[in-house]
Amino acid sequence: MDKSYYNPRDLKKFGSIAEWSKELGEKFFEYYGKVFEEGALTPREKSLIALAVAHTEQCPYCIDAYTQDGLQRGITKEEMMEAIHVGAAIKGGATLVHGVQMMNKVNKLEM
Amino acid sequence: MATKSLLKRESELANTQRQLEILSNGIFQSGELPTFASKIKETNQFPLQPKKIEILQINVGYMCNQVCAHCHVDAGPDRKEIMTRETMQQCLDVIEKTGAHTLDLTGGAPEMNPNFRWFVEEASKIGVKDFIVRSNLTIIRANKKYYDLPEFFKKHNVHVVSSMPHWTRGKTDKQRGDGVFDKSIKALQELNAVGYGIPDSHLRLDLVYNPSGAFLPGDQLALEKDFKKALVEDFGIQFHHLFAITNLPISRFLDYLIASDNYEDYMYSLVEAFNPAAVANVMCTNTVSVSWDGWLYDCDFNQMLDLKVASKIKHISEYNEELLQNRNIIISQHCFGCTAGAGSSCQGTVA
Repeated sequence: MDKSYYNPRDLKKFGSIAEWSKELGEKFFEYYGKVFEEGALTPREKSLIALAVAHTEQCPYCIDAYTQDGLQRGITKEEMMEAIHVGAAIKGGATLVHGVQMMNKVNKLEM
Repeated sequence: MATKSLLKRESELANTQRQLEILSNGIFQSGELPTFASKIKETNQFPLQPKKIEILQINVGYMCNQVCAHCHVDAGPDRKEIMTRETMQQCLDVIEKTGAHTLDLTGGAPEMNPNFRWFVEEASKIGVKDFIVRSNLTIIRANKKYYDLPEFFKKHNVHVVSSMPHWTRGKTDKQRGDGVFDKSIKALQELNAVGYGIPDSHLRLDLVYNPSGAFLPGDQLALEKDFKKALVEDFGIQFHHLFAITNLPISRFLDYLIASDNYEDYMYSLVEAFNPAAVANVMCTNTVSVSWDGWLYDCDFNQMLDLKVASKIKHISEYNEELLQNRNIIISQHCFGCTAGAGSSCQGTVA
C-alpha cells in the first residue's frame, strides 16, 4: 500500500477497474463516454460542468482531468474559476438552505 | 518572458545533440515508456518511409521579431541565419521541376529575409498550386516597410497561414509576448480588408493554434468554431480554417517542459494518445524541409534537431526527387508529437 491515499499516476489506471468487474466496468465507461459526446449541450459546456462537480466532490483525479480537458478546449482560467464558483454557491446554498429546517425546529420547540 | 534565443543565452538546449540525448534517456531508456521506433514496429509501420513529395517547405531564416516561449525554431531577433539569394535561386530551380503542388515558406519571420519579396515574385512566376507564407502577423505592423504586405500577398495570390494561440489577449501574450495580441488583431483586420479570409474569397487565410502550455490541442473543428465565433463577434475578423498543431518537445518548448517539471507528464500524454492512423499520414511522408543554408530534412522539426535526410542527396543543390523518395525517415521520441490523437502537421490534424 502506498504511503499516500492519492497518487497522480493512478488516474491513468482508471480503466483498470473493469478488470475485476468486466461487465459493470465496461458499461460504466461506455455510459461515461456517451455522456460527454455532443448533445443538447456542447462538449465545452459539459467540460465546465464536470470541472465544477469535480470541485464540489473534491476529487483530485477529476480536477486534474477536467482542468487539462478545459485547457485543451481553449476554456479560459476565468471561465474555469466562474464554473467553480457556481459549484461553491450551490454547495454553500445547500448548507444554508437547511437553516430553514433548523429555524422550523426552533420555532416548533420554543415557547 | 525570455527575450533572447536559447542560442544567445548559451543554454545547453541550444545544442541539438543534448536535446536528442534528453529525448532518448530517462523514461525512454528505462523502458517506462516505449520509444517511437518500438511503437511503430507494433503496427508494422517501421521504418517510416515517404510517399510522393507534395510539399516543399523552405525555411528562409531563423530571424524573427518575436521570441515565442514555445518556438521549436528558437527564432528571434538575435538569430542571424538567413537564406542567401544564391540558395533561393537553387530552390527556384527545384520548384520549377518538382512534382510538389505546395510551396510553404516559413522562418523565423520569412518577411525579414531581405530577398523575401524577390523570392516570392520569382516563385509565383513559376506557378505553384498552393503557395503558403507562414506569417506571424505582428511583422505586418512591426515597421512601415512591412505595412503593404497584405497587398503584396494578394498580388501574388499567397496563401497566408498565421499563428494565433487564442482568441483572448491574456493567453496570446503569455505565449508570444506583450502586445502581440493587439498587433495580430490589427494585422488580421488588414488582411480581411484586402479580401483575405472572407468566406468565398480565393485569398486563403488560415490560422494556426498551438496550445499555450503543457497540454495537447483539443478537437480542431470545435476550436475553429470557437475561434470564428469569438473573432467575428469581438473584432469582426474572418478566416478560413484553423490548424491545431501539437507542440513538439524540442528546443524552447522542451526547455519550458523541463523547467516547469512537465516533461515526463507531457511525454506520457503524447505516448498515451499515440494513433497509428496519424502515423500513416504524418507530414514527413509527403514533405521535404529545406533549411536556410540549403540542407534537406524530413521535416522542420528534424531540421531544428539537425537530423539531415538519410539519403545520398542531402542538399538542395543536388536535389533529386526520385532518389529522395527512396529513403527512411529519421525518427526519435519527438515524433510522438505528430502522432498523438488526431495527429499534427503544419497543415493541422492528419487523422
